[in-house]
Amino acid sequence: MAPDGQATGAQVLAPAGIARAERLRRRVDWSGWSAHAILIGSVVIIAFPLYYAFAISTQSLSAVTSLPPKLWPSTHVVQNYADAWVRAGMGRLLLNSAIVAISVALGKIVISLLSAFAIAYFDFRGKQFVFWMIFVTLMLPVPVRIVSTYQVISVLGWVDTYWGLTVPLMASATGTFLFRQFFLTIPDSLAEAAQLDGAGPLRFLWSILLPLSKANIAALFVILFVYGWNEYLWPLMVTNSPSMRTAVIGIESLVPRTSQLPEWNVAMAAAIMTLLPPVAVIVLMQRWFVKGLIETEK
Amino acid sequence: MKRTVFRNRWLPYALVAPQVAITLIFFFWPAFDSLRLSLYRASPFGDRLIFIGTGNFQRLVSDPAYLRSAVTSFVFSFFVTFLGLALALLLASLANAKIRGLAVYRAMLLWPYGIAPAIAGIIWLFVFHPSFGILPWLLSFVTTYQFNWFLKGWVAMVLIIVAAVWKQFGYNLAFYLAGLQAIERSVLEAASVDGAGPIRRFFAITFPLLSPVTFFLFTLNMTFSFFDTFGLIHSVTQGGPGDATSIMVYRAWKDGFDGLQLGFSAAQSVVLMAVVILLTAFQFRYAEKKVTY
Repeated sequence: MAPDGQATGAQVLAPAGIARAERLRRRVDWSGWSAHAILIGSVVIIAFPLYYAFAISTQSLSAVTSLPPKLWPSTHVVQNYADAWVRAGMGRLLLNSAIVAISVALGKIVISLLSAFAIAYFDFRGKQFVFWMIFVTLMLPVPVRIVSTYQVISVLGWVDTYWGLTVPLMASATGTFLFRQFFLTIPDSLAEAAQLDGAGPLRFLWSILLPLSKANIAALFVILFVYGWNEYLWPLMVTNSPSMRTAVIGIESLVPRTSQLPEWNVAMAAAIMTLLPPVAVIVLMQRWFVKGLIETEK
Repeated sequence: MKRTVFRNRWLPYALVAPQVAITLIFFFWPAFDSLRLSLYRASPFGDRLIFIGTGNFQRLVSDPAYLRSAVTSFVFSFFVTFLGLALALLLASLANAKIRGLAVYRAMLLWPYGIAPAIAGIIWLFVFHPSFGILPWLLSFVTTYQFNWFLKGWVAMVLIIVAAVWKQFGYNLAFYLAGLQAIERSVLEAASVDGAGPIRRFFAITFPLLSPVTFFLFTLNMTFSFFDTFGLIHSVTQGGPGDATSIMVYRAWKDGFDGLQLGFSAAQSVVLMAVVILLTAFQFRYAEKKVTY
């Protein structure tokens, strides 16, 4: 979470004024056309694998396993998706992913709002220590505490539970830092005025800070939803039973290995269903997504 | 620093309590436990721990398989980061004109960010599939070489690099495009009047001015390729063929969970911790100094 990084991103993504001034010059220039060509080319190349996966997910097994590859969607949509749904238990997997993504996002927002509020608006003994502790979590992502974290989860009896899947992912430095940074930009006079009007700290948090933080909350929510939905190592470690798996892990059982019937059409149907929710969130909430990217990346 | 305005004896503690509790239980406890475990090894029956001091670390530095996985990690991260950034910067520079519809392009570039590395891997696994994939099929017209990643380590490596770069690419490109658009035209025009050619202009002006964006994307892609690609490896190559794609995080997991070598895995976690600390330190040191506008 480098303050400089944020400033960079914010300036970098707001070049509208310059673009407008330039457009006024209006000269026929080929660089404009070639720019469109390059960008369209990039968009097409980036989109192709996903399109290919979608096309495969609509084809019959014999079409998928014959050469040359068929690039057009076919008519086996319902059959393949239904097959994937039943065989991987997609309903349960997607539900688990949604529970994890939404509760991690909301939990993290609530927890970091509260701690950021305490750090920004109170003076208390041990504040430096708390701040330092939160900072250090930046250096302890899941992969650096693999075995030990599993032991902690099993001591708590949280293996194969939603508690185990969500609560440990709810603390991190980024959310706290983001809100603290934001609170520091809010004029002190606001808090003083609230105090004069007889509002206590919690009232101030609820009625004034929270509405002001809406944009930050939305941005953080989008980023955290995507993060929670796509988290792989954590759910892999803390769940054993198929009914507690999340979608990104659970659909692996459909990916054909060497000795199996190569039902790639079914595997791709499952992959498409799994990637759709986070991608949809990004596309539909794009404004918040970009804001979140800039402000949460450390 | 903000002037503190609220006074309350216990409220601030209550407010930080949830975060502190989770941090202590799920971050500090396992981290210290990893440090402790790294000095032990499990007895043959797995019923107790035997203190062996730095034994696990000595084993790490003398274990060719572990050293290979360190090299694999760095090669993988290097290619994902540099290939991804270089390609994005190249295309962004070529496409750097004041054009309409940049917001639309941005929307169409950013969506792959939402795809989990594991899912990206499954899609590319099929694109690379030796029997049915479109890529080996196309290549078969050019060469008789068998691009079978089940058998050839380097093809498997290319597969995971491509999948990782694909997921990050639109995102890198969008940031570079925005960065380029923010550079004042007049600076470049002035240089051009002074006789600097396009390549000279790029290296003397554009690239230094883009350094904050490059720095931001560099740390992001390094962290991504080092730590967040576990799902990609696990769902696609499982570290293979042989151990050709067994990056450090994957190995730490495999030794701990499959091999049940808790102490050995914990020692690997400690090494990874050092890597994160280095990356974070690098980020904070250079974020303040080297990067210029």
